[in-house]
Amino acid sequence: MTDAQNGGYDEFLDALEAGEGYYYACSNGHALVPPRRVCPHCGDRDLEQTELPETGEIRTHTTVTVPTPQFEDDAPYVTAIATFGQVKLTGIVRDIDPVDVEIGQEVTVTVEPSETTDERTIAFYAHS
Amino acid sequence: MSKAFVAGTGMTAFGTFPDRRGRDMFAEAGLAALDDAGLEPEDIDEVFYGNFVGTLAENQGHQGPLASEALGTTAPSRRVESACASSGLAVRDAVRAVRSGESDVVVAGGMERMSNMGTAGATDGLARAADDLFEIRSGVTFPAAYALMTRAYFDEFGGDREDLAHIAVKNHDNALVNDHAHLQEEITVDDVLESPEIAAPLGLYDACPISDGAAALVLLSPSYAKEHGLDAGVAITGSGHGGDTMALQDRQSLATAPATRDAAEAAYDDAGIGPNDVGLVEVHDCFTIAEVLALEGLGLYSYGEAIGAARRGETCRDGALPVNLSGGLKAKGHPVGATGAAQVAAVRNLLNGTHARADAVDDDVTVGVAHNAGGTVASAAVHVLEVEE
Repeated sequence: MTDAQNGGYDEFLDALEAGEGYYYACSNGHALVPPRRVCPHCGDRDLEQTELPETGEIRTHTTVTVPTPQFEDDAPYVTAIATFGQVKLTGIVRDIDPVDVEIGQEVTVTVEPSETTDERTIAFYAHS
Repeated sequence: MSKAFVAGTGMTAFGTFPDRRGRDMFAEAGLAALDDAGLEPEDIDEVFYGNFVGTLAENQGHQGPLASEALGTTAPSRRVESACASSGLAVRDAVRAVRSGESDVVVAGGMERMSNMGTAGATDGLARAADDLFEIRSGVTFPAAYALMTRAYFDEFGGDREDLAHIAVKNHDNALVNDHAHLQEEITVDDVLESPEIAAPLGLYDACPISDGAAALVLLSPSYAKEHGLDAGVAITGSGHGGDTMALQDRQSLATAPATRDAAEAAYDDAGIGPNDVGLVEVHDCFTIAEVLALEGLGLYSYGEAIGAARRGETCRDGALPVNLSGGLKAKGHPVGATGAAQVAAVRNLLNGTHARADAVDDDVTVGVAHNAGGTVASAAVHVLEVEE
């Protein structure tokens, strides 16, 4: 996949992979995952690139047993939404028994290929 | 604002019909609606047709003209796509066409054919109602998206899987007499709790089936109805549409549906009613948790209170507010693009006494509401229907 196809999202994944994750903060305090040109909450176009905190916290999670074909070999897997400071990311929690995943758990984030297609996916690792 | 009379409704049976083309299913539903209204194809001014994955399932874009042809006309038609809210919003556009004075006789409806794609194909198709970059690429399936909301709800407000199981049991029970329903099968709380996990904490019986089917309505302007001596009996008196961010991660709350709240407030204002006036409701229960989010978004329950409503019996047939007397998406079935129109059809038929479950509607009930949601409620359509004197 090229940036031309994903409109800046690949650039964001590159940064996450390099441990240099960032997000956009608008002047009214809304936090957004790239790519964005404007804040969907208030219309502000003054988006400031802000460093993503190193650790996040799981806000909610699910264990997927019936996947789409793109994640056939990954299932069952845990998908979670985690809060990193003000911004939330959605990713797959790796190397963990689904019963051990909890709301409030601390995670770090990186980018890894999925087992099924090699397509890059946001990956969380739990640190208890 | 002026109203739009619901002069006719039509539905195919909802179920698994992999060999039927969508155009044939929509013809069956649409012609039944025309017959019910006592009108002819040549009377139709415009068609609004809801469909979600037809480009994948039937290799067919530009389905609007096919929808008109299926009705026996070449009247102007367009496909409305808003995922699972496609035909709720087709109905809304039809109401606006009638209200604007541009059209007198409008058909609104929808169709979906998914079973021919298989479970993996349909899962893939349905996932496209989520955000490709932020969600699908992180393994979010449609059940997974609602599972994420379920766990967030339990964490924020409490409740458990057994509360949700009572919603599934209730809606299955309601569908037992509905011959158009996909699942006419009594189930127990244990059946739901013991069903295979699809996206924990949701199991297979928390989810609606993958259905094929079509539904259609004939809407009339009051002036046309009067001129032609058509006594429709029930009218859409309020319509609302709410929006939200596509991806869950961009929302402040993962346990509420603000788009439903916005759509409901607009529809209630439009009709000049409040939540206390509502006597029956058909809500978008694609998963058991979705019925909870809908009832709270509609202002029929406070946040955190609807989770136990079915368990307490309040939303059951003999409860204070019967919810999803048709069986809901859970048991009636969810041919995505047909669902919103089918809900409005069910409310109209419950109010005018022609629905199989109309005996559960108290005589003093004159106001019903239909709620249709797209994605994880990034789109919501709410319609108020009232019995006309």
